[in-house]
Amino acid sequence: MKITIVDYKSGNISSVINSFKEVAKDKVNLEVTSDLNKIKSSDKIVLPGQGSFKSCVDALNKINGLADTLNDFTINKKKPLLGICVGLQMFADTGYEEIETKGLGWISGKVSKINNQNGKYKLPHIGWNQISIVKGSRIFKDIENNAHMYFVHSFEFIPKDKNVILATTDYSSNIVCAVEKENIFGTQFHPEKSDKIGLQIIDNFIKL
Amino acid sequence: MLKNRIIPCLDVKNGRVVKGINFVDLKDAGDPVEQAKIYSDGGADEICFLDITASNENRDTIYDVVKETSKKCFVPLTVGGGVRSVEDINKLLSCGADKVSINTAAVQNAEVVLESSKKFGSQCIVVAIDAKKNGNKWEVFTHGGRNNSEIDALEFSKKMENSGAGELLVTSMDRDGTQVGYDIDLMSKISSIVNIPVIASGGVGNLDHLVDGIKLGKASAVLAASIFHYGKYSVKEAKEYLDSKGIPVRI
Repeated sequence: MKITIVDYKSGNISSVINSFKEVAKDKVNLEVTSDLNKIKSSDKIVLPGQGSFKSCVDALNKINGLADTLNDFTINKKKPLLGICVGLQMFADTGYEEIETKGLGWISGKVSKINNQNGKYKLPHIGWNQISIVKGSRIFKDIENNAHMYFVHSFEFIPKDKNVILATTDYSSNIVCAVEKENIFGTQFHPEKSDKIGLQIIDNFIKL
Repeated sequence: MLKNRIIPCLDVKNGRVVKGINFVDLKDAGDPVEQAKIYSDGGADEICFLDITASNENRDTIYDVVKETSKKCFVPLTVGGGVRSVEDINKLLSCGADKVSINTAAVQNAEVVLESSKKFGSQCIVVAIDAKKNGNKWEVFTHGGRNNSEIDALEFSKKMENSGAGELLVTSMDRDGTQVGYDIDLMSKISSIVNIPVIASGGVGNLDHLVDGIKLGKASAVLAASIFHYGKYSVKEAKEYLDSKGIPVRI
């Protein structure tokens, strides 16, 4: 199996690479690249993302043909993709970080700032929070409800169709923290930084 | 519910741990990678390395330490000490650090914080503030506590938040190494004026100090070094104690 972690210069992805290497060992041919042909020939894709919604979308669009290739991979070929953090957020139609920015539009919805209730909640939402699983999924195999995951973000994805929501986490409100739509998976938390339980999610994705 | 974090900090000099954990089964007590792994396996919510390498020619040793640690620890790794520029931050992040803490450079030039948080995201920029009480205010010190900038620590905290810092790591220099507890007054004042998480540091001697840092100091996370290094308490014991006091922790 060939899995590609898309390296589109969206910030620090070494932790994502390290965690996949740890889980995949020799079983998987792991590529870290933005090469379109390599992406096309992959079985699965990981789309990380750090920084702002706008900076990630801009970085993605800077690489000629990347958005189209990803689109073809997920929407036409229906092959599995895992978005992490802003990688998930980019599934949305629109993001409102810095300025209104068009996303990939794979899962209808928007990305807006977490309501901090006039400073009652500190932002970014940094640290370990429990996930409340609302719907079973293959990527949650052997993951218990209320498991702790590591979060770092100030913006949240609000999908239009609530059926795509796999899990939420409680911070100011019930924040969507995992989604699934057919072959598209995403986590707002960082499985690569969530200790053994996070690595389990990565293993589940690899074994899909 | 978001949990309060416990962060053990390791001082690293020339690629070796200076004050390490005194465990009998340790193969190499000076190996930062092995020590970080013990902490993460023991339930540490994050690991912090403070590079105290004095000479410039040995400064690259921290990069190898970070590289190796990030291959073995799958909890967030914060690295600080000697970070001068956006390029230094870039290097540490690409070696596998998840966050970088900036101290002197942030005081000398807030642009470093502004530029790096824009470039890499606020989530990976921690500003470390070393503060010392002078009369009824606190002043910010730089260069590992050697130079007094005379900048007001509260004003500086606000400025760093506005410059894009994702977190503040606040160390009381009066308390550091004394084991009499955090400077609660300092922690709670800073925590109440900024809307970003504050990590309390400096002065922990027992587990009640950790409780106070969170309950009274309003810190989101507590950092400690010596109580963990010398095996006085394990991270697990600390968490169980906090839990018994009604503080939300990841167990």
